[in-house]
Amino acid sequence: MKYEPITVSQLNNYIKERFENDEFLQNVLVKGEISNFKHHYTGHMYFTIKDENSLIKCIMFKSYTANLNFVPKDGMKVIVFGTVSVFERDGAYQIYCKAMQDDGLGNLYTLYEKLKKNLEAEGLFAQEKKKKIPVMPKVIGVLTSQTGSVIRDIINVSTRRNPNVYIRLYPIPVQGENAKEKIVQAIKIMNEKQLADVLILARGGGSLEDLWPFNEEIVARAIYASKIPVISAVGHETDFTIADFVSDLRAPTPSAAAELAVPDINAVKNTIQNYTLRNKNALKKKVEIMRMKYEKCIIRKPFSDPLYKTENYKVLINKYNDKLKNIVINKYKDTRNVFNEKIQRLDALSPLKTLNRGFSIVSKNNQIIKTKTSLKKDDIVDLRFIDGNLNARII
Amino acid sequence: MNKEKSFEEMIDELENIANSLEKDELTLDESVLKFEEGMRLSKECSNILDNAEKRIKILINENDEIHEEDFSANE
Repeated sequence: MKYEPITVSQLNNYIKERFENDEFLQNVLVKGEISNFKHHYTGHMYFTIKDENSLIKCIMFKSYTANLNFVPKDGMKVIVFGTVSVFERDGAYQIYCKAMQDDGLGNLYTLYEKLKKNLEAEGLFAQEKKKKIPVMPKVIGVLTSQTGSVIRDIINVSTRRNPNVYIRLYPIPVQGENAKEKIVQAIKIMNEKQLADVLILARGGGSLEDLWPFNEEIVARAIYASKIPVISAVGHETDFTIADFVSDLRAPTPSAAAELAVPDINAVKNTIQNYTLRNKNALKKKVEIMRMKYEKCIIRKPFSDPLYKTENYKVLINKYNDKLKNIVINKYKDTRNVFNEKIQRLDALSPLKTLNRGFSIVSKNNQIIKTKTSLKKDDIVDLRFIDGNLNARII
Repeated sequence: MNKEKSFEEMIDELENIANSLEKDELTLDESVLKFEEGMRLSKECSNILDNAEKRIKILINENDEIHEEDFSANE
């Protein structure tokens, strides 16, 4: 028997033709909730719409998107109008949308907005409640899936910034029904056992449903209750989950979270070196200043000429000395003058002067004889002349 | 994690010491004491950085008993 297989292209082409020949599929009006919405840079929009049980891919070309009167996003309930056809390359059927209408906010989106509003009113997002991220955490706790690019990115960035980083990964499911409980448990255990100095709660990008565990109230409350500061990095930069609002710091991506949690070790070393240098310079300057003060002091008079004060006293002493001498000399002179004057006066009265004029003094037995009655005949008297003594006898 | 002085406290103190030394409001003795304290802190900080070792661990929870195992993200 001989097989006559057809190619994949032929099959897809056949299916496509069947679709296109079906009148019903040419104009469908479908309601559903948008997820995995991507606005491609070419201007086309790619997304899926779904209900509880089923989903279908949609594409809206740039030429139609201009007519939209709202900005579609994940979680929105919409009504789309278009043609169902097959994209042969991928063997996928999808709705080629020509128009789309907002069918009220999607359920999840409404829930999200409501919870956000309530928790904000309760103060869970308050800036003053945010804990400071430690500058030099010893252990980085990472709560994320143990597989995939998120943990890899975090480890790569962390080890690049600090080759000796200490990371503790607490693996959690990042989507699905039981993810929220596991996340809550992880935060609790990290806190109870003090397993880290900072926590990174991370997840890659995804639809609103995928990110939903991070919009759960119990997760928000666990983050709020955490004594360890929490950095959140959930979804893409444009996704804001409740976890992002309540965490102490929101990072746009898991890599950014690692950068915020792990200090650049070289920068820290530079800082330390800088302070050390400043310390050294400041002390050097201090010593220099003290030396200058000392030198300024040492050239001042008391040190350079320590005897200058005694010199002054010496001069003073000499001065007093002279003064004292003068006083004594003057006193002596005065006394001397008085003495001389007295001597002269005495001299004037001296009997020797009288003798000089030719008088003699008569004495007997050393008694000066003033009257003739004091003498009698044959008395021997002593005569004193200016040039000597003679004896005489009274006759 | 610990009750001793944290790394950031030490860095802050180091900065304070540098600031107060630069202000030149201290006596020489005080300056020398501060300087020595600064050198001690800077050495301690550097030690912490140099003595850290790279550890990438995964925490395994078995009935709320946690143990650590080496983790490699390379799949």
